[in-house]
Amino acid sequence: MTILSLQQVTKKFGATPIIRGVDLDIQAGEKHAIIGPNGAGKSTLFHLISGRYSVTSGAIKLKGKPIHNRPPYQIARQGLARSFQVTNIFPHMNVFENVRCALLWSSGYRYSFWHLLGKATRLNDRTHAVLDQIGLSSRAHYPAAELAYAQQRALELGIAIAGGADVILLDEPVAGMSHSEAQSAVQLIRKVTEGKTLVMVEHDMNIVFDVADRISVLVYGQILATDTPLNIRNNPRVQEAYLGEETAGA
Amino acid sequence: MLDVFLFATLNGLVTGLLLFMLASGLTLIFSMMGVLNFAHASFYMLGAYFAYSISSYLGFWIGLLLAPVIVGILGALVERYGLRHVHRHGHVAELVFTFGLAFLIEELVQFFWGRDTKNYQQPDILDFPLFTLFGQEFSAYRGFMIFISVLIFIGLYYLLTRSRIGIIIQAAITHPHTVASLGHNVPLIFMGVFGVGSALAGVAGVIAGPVLTTFPGMAVVLGSIVFVIVVIGGLGSLAGAFIASLLIGLLQSYAIASDLGMQDLLALLGVSFERSHPLNDLWTLTLPQIAPILPFLLLVLVLIFRPTGLLGKREE
Amino acid sequence: MLKKLSIWVVFLAILLILPLLFDSIMGISILNQMAIAIVIALSYNMLLGQGGMLSFGHAVYFGLGGFMAVHALVMIEFETVTFSVTLIPMVGGLFGLVAAIFIGSFSTRKAGTVFAMISLGMGELIAASSLIFVDFFGGEAGVIGDRTFGPPFFGVDFAQDVEVYYLAAFWVFIATLFMYLFTQTPAGRMANAVRDNPERAEFIGYSARRVRFISFCAAGLFAGIAGGLFAMNFEFLTEENLNAATSGRVLLMAYIGGLGYFVGPIIGAVVLTLMNSLLSNYTELWMLYLGIMFVLTVMFLPRGFAGFIMLHQLAWHHGRLKTLALPYLVTGVPALLCAASLIGLIEMSHTEADIFHFLGLPLNPDQLVSWALPVLLTLGAGYATRSSLPQLRDAWHAANTEGKRAK
Repeated sequence: MTILSLQQVTKKFGATPIIRGVDLDIQAGEKHAIIGPNGAGKSTLFHLISGRYSVTSGAIKLKGKPIHNRPPYQIARQGLARSFQVTNIFPHMNVFENVRCALLWSSGYRYSFWHLLGKATRLNDRTHAVLDQIGLSSRAHYPAAELAYAQQRALELGIAIAGGADVILLDEPVAGMSHSEAQSAVQLIRKVTEGKTLVMVEHDMNIVFDVADRISVLVYGQILATDTPLNIRNNPRVQEAYLGEETAGA
Repeated sequence: MLDVFLFATLNGLVTGLLLFMLASGLTLIFSMMGVLNFAHASFYMLGAYFAYSISSYLGFWIGLLLAPVIVGILGALVERYGLRHVHRHGHVAELVFTFGLAFLIEELVQFFWGRDTKNYQQPDILDFPLFTLFGQEFSAYRGFMIFISVLIFIGLYYLLTRSRIGIIIQAAITHPHTVASLGHNVPLIFMGVFGVGSALAGVAGVIAGPVLTTFPGMAVVLGSIVFVIVVIGGLGSLAGAFIASLLIGLLQSYAIASDLGMQDLLALLGVSFERSHPLNDLWTLTLPQIAPILPFLLLVLVLIFRPTGLLGKREE
Repeated sequence: MLKKLSIWVVFLAILLILPLLFDSIMGISILNQMAIAIVIALSYNMLLGQGGMLSFGHAVYFGLGGFMAVHALVMIEFETVTFSVTLIPMVGGLFGLVAAIFIGSFSTRKAGTVFAMISLGMGELIAASSLIFVDFFGGEAGVIGDRTFGPPFFGVDFAQDVEVYYLAAFWVFIATLFMYLFTQTPAGRMANAVRDNPERAEFIGYSARRVRFISFCAAGLFAGIAGGLFAMNFEFLTEENLNAATSGRVLLMAYIGGLGYFVGPIIGAVVLTLMNSLLSNYTELWMLYLGIMFVLTVMFLPRGFAGFIMLHQLAWHHGRLKTLALPYLVTGVPALLCAASLIGLIEMSHTEADIFHFLGLPLNPDQLVSWALPVLLTLGAGYATRSSLPQLRDAWHAANTEGKRAK
C-alpha cells in the first residue's frame, strides 16, 4: 500500500527550478533512503513534503489525502513527523519537556489551558518511555541546550518519533557524528522506527545500504532511479552520475 | 488653496528629509547588526543639546561641526562597551538594552541640562525669509535644512557606493562572515557604522533643535516616528526608508494644513448625525486632529498586509 | 505537591499579614500599588518571558480594562447596573481580554521585531486616540468614578484604602495562582516551545500563531484585571495609564525582576514600586538611578534579580553557598561604598542647599575641597571592588565545580 506519494512535484525559487518533476511512491512500512550529490534538492524535497515550503506544481499525498501547500502543523497532525539536519530542538526547556511537548497533540490535548500536565499520568509515562527508548532518561531534567551533540541528535530523533507518527522523515540523522556514535544512532533509528515508514536523507553510504529497503537517487531535482540497494549499486547510470568514487571506497 | 498646498509640501519636505537623516542611520545600523536601535532618537536629542551648549560659547557653526562628532564618538562607545556586551544574550536583550539606553539618556539630559526647554536659536545670518510666495514667508533656515540634508545624502551615497570602505560595509551587511574571513575587522566596522549612524542622528538634532525646540521629550516625539519609517520602508532598505520618510513627512504636513474632516466626508455621502450621537467624537474627527496618529495607523496597516514593508526583503 | 501547596499558603499569609505590619496610610497605599504592579508584571511575563513576545504596548490592555472599570463604577453609581464592586477587576479583565482578542488576531502572526513593532504602533495609536475620543477616555482630564456606591459587600463599602487592599490581595492571589497554573497546561508549555523554536513547534502539530494568540489573550485578561484594580484603588484613569511610558515601566519591572522565572516579575514589581514611592520622596533623580539600574541589569544580569538568585542553585545544591559569603562581602562592601559615594556625588552636584550631607558629613558644595573626598572615595572604592573581582570569580568557580567531590 502506498502511504506517501509524490506526483510530478516541482519547486522553483524565483526562476530557478530546484525540484524538477519528482514522482515517488513510498510503501507503508518501507525504509526508504534518498541519496544524491550536494545541491540535488534532497532537503528541499523534505521541506516540500513536511510543509515548510509550498510546491510550485504537482501533488503530494499522505495516505491518499493531498498535503501539499498545507502548513506543517496540519501535516504533522496527519501522522507525518520529521527531524532536521541542523539540530532543531527547544533549547531552553529541559529534555523531558521537549519530548512531552512533542507528545501533546497526538495525546489529544490540543490547545488546552484547563488540563494540568502534572496530573497527566499517562502522558508523563509515555514521555518517560520515549526517553528510555532514546537513552536520555538520566538527562531528563537537563536543559536541552546543555546536552552533548550526540545526545541532542538523539533528542531530535525523540521529538520526531514521540508523537507516534507512522511516516517519519529523517534528514541526515547521523551527520557530524563519530563512527561509533553513528553506529549506535543507527541502532536507535532501527529500534524507534520499527513497523513504521521511514524516509531518510543520508550521505553515509554504509548506513544507507545498511538501513534502506529501497533507495531513490536524486540528481539535479530529478529522480534518476528508485530501486533496491543492490540494483542501485549496480546501476551504471547511478554510478556515473553519483556513486562512482564513493562505492569504490566502500 | 494653492499657497496652502505649496507650503504644506515644502514643510513636509523639510520634515521628511529630517526624518530620513535619522532613518538612514537607523537603517544602516539595523542592516549591519540586526538591531533596531531604540536609542537612535536619543542621539538626535544629544546632538541638539550639545550643539546648544557649544553654540552658546562658540556660535552655531562650531556647534554644527562639533556636536555630531561628539555624538558619533558616544555612539561608538555605546556599541563597543554596551551593545557588543549584550549581543551574546540575544536579540531581545539587545532591543531591551537600547530601550533602556533611551530611558537613561533622557534622564541624563534632564540631569545635565534640566527639564526646561532650551533657548537654542538658529544663527542670525539665516534669520531672513528666503522667498515670499502668496504673502507667506519661507525662512532661509528651512532652506538651509534642506540644503544640509541633501548634502549629507549625496555624501552618504558616494561613501556607500563609490568608496572602498562603503563597498566593504555593503558586503558586511549581507555576508559578515565572508568579509571577516577576508581579513577585515568586522567589529571595527560595526563600531564605525554605529558611530556614523549616531553622528547622522546628531546632525539632525543640531539642525532641528532650533525649529522643533530643544527639550527633554524631543527624542520621544520623533523616536517612534522614525521607527515607523524604517518599518514601513522595509527593514534594512535605505531606498524604502527614503520613500517612507518623505511619505510620512508630507502626509503629516498635508493633514495638519487641511481643514477637512469626517463631517465633510459625511456631507459628501449625504449623511448626518445628531450631536448627541454616542459616536459624536468619531463623526466630528478632523484631519489635523488625527495627523499625529497617521504614521502609526500606516504602520499597523503595513505590518498586517505587508510585513516586509514597502521595499524590504527581510522576513524573519 | 505538599511543598508547592505550602508555598501558596505562605504567599497568602504574607498577603494577609502585610497590611498589619505596614498600617500607615502610606504603607497601605504602597501595598495597593504593589498589588497592581504584581499582576501587570506577571501578565507581561506571560508574553515575553513565557511566550517570547516583546511588547511595547502592554499598558493598552491595562488601561482599556481600567477605563472600562471606571465606566462600570459610574454605571453602578447611577444604578444603570447593579453588582458588587468586588467584581470590578473582572470587568477590567474581560475588557482587556476583548481588546487582546481583537489586536492579537493580527499581531501574533509573527513574534520578534514584527510583533514588537505592531505592539508599539497599536500602543501609540490607542494612546493618541484616547485624547480624541473624549466620551470614553475623558480627554486630558481622564475619567473619574467612585467605588463606594455599590451594594456593600458583607458590610464593607470600600471607603477605606485598607478595604481595597484586601480586595486587591484576593485578586492578586487568584490572578497569580491562575497565571502559575497556566504555565502547567498544554497551552502554557507550548508557549515556551514556541518561544524557543516556533518552527519546530509547527512540526509537532501546533500552529505557532495560535499558541501565541492564546498566551496573548491570557496576558490581556490579566492586564485588564490589573487595570480594574487600578480603577478600584485610584478611582480615576487618564491617557497616562495606557501610553508608551507605562508600557515601558511594565517592561522594566518584568525585566529587572527576571524574565522566565515565575517569581521574577513579582520581585521586579515589589522593587520598582518601592523605588517609585520611597525613593521619589528623597530625590528627584530617582528615575536616573532607575535608568542606570535597568541598563546595568540588562548588561550584567540578563535574567534579572531572580536569575541572579537562581545562579546560586548549583552552589547551594553542593552545599557550598557559605564559601561564597566572604568573597561576596569583600567585593560587596567596597562596591556598595562606591555606589553610595557616587550617588552622593551626583546628589551633591545637583543640590541647591548650602550644606550637603555626604554620608553624614556636612560639606559645602561651593568649595572645591568638598568635592575631593567624595571623588576620592568613589575612585578608591571602585578600585577596591575591581581588584577583588578575580578572587570572587575564583571562589565562584570553586563553589560551582568542586561540588562534585563534596557529593
